[in-house]
Amino acid sequence: MKFPIYLDYSATTPVDPRVAEKMCDCLTLEGTFGNPASRSHAFGWSAEKLVDEARANVAALIGADPKEIVWTSGATESDNLAIKGAAHFYQKQGKHIVTLKTEHKAVLDTCRQLEREGFEVTYLDVLPNGLVDRDVFEAAIRPDTVVASVMHVNNEIGVIQDIAALGRICRERKVIFHVDAAQSPGKVPINLAELPVDLMSFSAHKIYGPKGIGALYVQRKPRVRLEAQMHGGGHERGLRSGTLPTHQIVGMGEAFRIASEEMAAENERILMLRNRLYDGLRDMEEVYVNGDLEHRIAGNLNISFNFVEGESLMMALKDMAVSSGSACTSASLEPSYVLRALGRPDELAHSSLRFTLGRFTTEEEIDHVLSQVRGQVERLRELSPLWDMYKEGIDLNSVEWVAH
Amino acid sequence: MAYSDKVIDHYENPRNVGVLDKTATDVGTGMVGAPACGDVMRLQIQVGDDGVIKDAKFKTYGCGSAIASSSLLTEWVKGKTLDEARQIKNSAIAEELALPPVKVHCSVLAEDAIKAAISDYQAKQPVD
Repeated sequence: MKFPIYLDYSATTPVDPRVAEKMCDCLTLEGTFGNPASRSHAFGWSAEKLVDEARANVAALIGADPKEIVWTSGATESDNLAIKGAAHFYQKQGKHIVTLKTEHKAVLDTCRQLEREGFEVTYLDVLPNGLVDRDVFEAAIRPDTVVASVMHVNNEIGVIQDIAALGRICRERKVIFHVDAAQSPGKVPINLAELPVDLMSFSAHKIYGPKGIGALYVQRKPRVRLEAQMHGGGHERGLRSGTLPTHQIVGMGEAFRIASEEMAAENERILMLRNRLYDGLRDMEEVYVNGDLEHRIAGNLNISFNFVEGESLMMALKDMAVSSGSACTSASLEPSYVLRALGRPDELAHSSLRFTLGRFTTEEEIDHVLSQVRGQVERLRELSPLWDMYKEGIDLNSVEWVAH
Repeated sequence: MAYSDKVIDHYENPRNVGVLDKTATDVGTGMVGAPACGDVMRLQIQVGDDGVIKDAKFKTYGCGSAIASSSLLTEWVKGKTLDEARQIKNSAIAEELALPPVKVHCSVLAEDAIKAAISDYQAKQPVD
């Protein structure tokens, strides 16, 4: 076993060696290094061919037409292009946007910027399981709503929103529907030929591709219009100027191609490991899973160990790389806004750990993680005055705390 | 963020973890912080007839720096008079543990805890 054990696949993934190999072939003089936009010689033509193949591979995994794929630098840029681009283009029809409180910052901060530009944004609460109530979503849509943005899979708790149902509501109400799908390809089947989704954001580095490359799906029939956010040479049909990074694009294409072939078997294996991890922890006292366990990707377990602070637990778990919703891990000293949006008390957010499993996680690693986590939670509870009080039967909510 | 060696040492081998009888008249208990803020410190001191702190115990719910701050504090207060213990400044704790600015509040909490424990002890003493 190699230490530390990587269990933070939702933060990023290692590049699959098959992907890295293809990328390396696009860099040097001997390789396909040309500018795909060069029309006058073979260097450009061969690079363009690779870009087209990658576009087809990305489109194939998500049931889209290759012409509907726009390359970007990643899901953050895709979210910006989609939401700002649509809001700006359609603003004569209204200036209201609907989204969720549990969205990624790339969506929330983009909406904040649009608020500064005069748009109005409704940030919807989610149910305690992390999913949005369809009726609440529908009720939020107004005659002047132009864009709704809902994430497919949540990055912290891994829950899967019912984008088909939400998209149907948007279609009926003639609202542009954007989905941030940074966390879902390769984990949840996506068929945009049938899904009522207008815009969808993707990233390569969450699916064993390289960082710095992503894509935006822009539906063609009926055509969705966007105002470009990046101007220049008119690449990507004018929607996103900038020289195409052939090696990055080839990497994303290969990563998506591999996912198309392997995702069914891979998710089955990862689910088995996730269940092994959860089964090994669930009998402990005062342990809570954050977010719905059924409507959830296979690789995510976000769990709170009550009366133990998340950062100190991570400090103890030296053999593994995980993340926490604890305030102490964030620059803002605020606990995770996603866990707070579930209505969980703040102390459970402080006590949370996120394990995200992936392609290279092994059963042996999970067994090691289990013994470490159980031991360290026990050790830190022995250090915790809250654990003492819980054991004495004191209701912690009845205590008057001296907050600072 | 990397932790200093001293924080790691106190975190991995915390000194004076435990509980003293909070009802005893020679024991003062200070509990500061709140679960919702992510840290709660309970510091207890046992004071001799000569006004010197004989023993100190702590339990802390919080990050590694909070645990280290309270562990260090228990080491420092033992053998000190109440007046001396009251003089301990959070900046000294932060300096000793090389806490980064974002963790200075952990040392503030420790200073608050010893002050609260001394007040609790003094409130228990009969007025002459």
